[in-house]
Amino acid sequence: MLNLPPIEHYIWLSSLLFCIGVAGVLMRRNGIVLLMCIELMLNSVNLLLVAFSTYFQDSAGQLFVFFIMVVAAAEVAVGLSILVMLYRNLKTVDISLFDKLKN
Amino acid sequence: MLNYIFYILGGLSVITAIMVISFRNPIYSVLSLIATFFLISGQYLLMNAQFLSIVNIIVYAGAIMVLFLFVLMLLNLNNINEPLKPIKLKTIGVISAGILLLTFLSALTSMYNNEQVLQLSDIGLVKNLGRLLFTEYVVPFEVSSILFIAAMVGSVLIGKRNKEEKEVENA
Repeated sequence: MLNLPPIEHYIWLSSLLFCIGVAGVLMRRNGIVLLMCIELMLNSVNLLLVAFSTYFQDSAGQLFVFFIMVVAAAEVAVGLSILVMLYRNLKTVDISLFDKLKN
Repeated sequence: MLNYIFYILGGLSVITAIMVISFRNPIYSVLSLIATFFLISGQYLLMNAQFLSIVNIIVYAGAIMVLFLFVLMLLNLNNINEPLKPIKLKTIGVISAGILLLTFLSALTSMYNNEQVLQLSDIGLVKNLGRLLFTEYVVPFEVSSILFIAAMVGSVLIGKRNKEEKEVENA
């Protein structure tokens, strides 16, 4: 009655979500949306880790997900502050205009 | 029973993820991403990973996404029309992501093929994960607090205006 789907379906779902995130990074130019797509990719990997940890009955996978969340929170804080600083200097978050390392 | 819920949640999360990358207004993208995170939390709950389900809602939907919303509203970006990439580059992006997906799936089909379903267990409860976190994984746990301090100091340092900038503004 209470049956979860096989592990392949979890792999399909998370690879689909990961590829949607990759497509977003390649398609969009807004820096904030880019960071959001990276979060989407991290979440798909988290889903796969939890699925495998349930599959193998091993709690190390779920702890890894916890540490991935820690790193993601730190990464977003630094990334958004970099974006805010770039916006203050260049008045845009369009990443195709961030190609001037000079001045 | 549970696998139907899995398919419903999975389909909805794919739809909301596509909405994240297709909306032009970043505010709508943030809201769809919050919906995606809630659906993924539902998946965790389905696998009886209660701790991660709650942490996912608190940290991702509660903290990170609110940070994104704050930055969007602070910079007042919601009404700026993002200059679109040429349609050619967009198609190339979608095609390359599709090729990546094809690579993943072909690697999966050549792996192994067993229809063994996942078994529910209580390893994801707060009690069990917390005990593990404070005994076996206590060193990484403490190191992550150092990482947080470094991120906090770094973001404050980056976000701070420097002196010359202030003087230029005051003059």
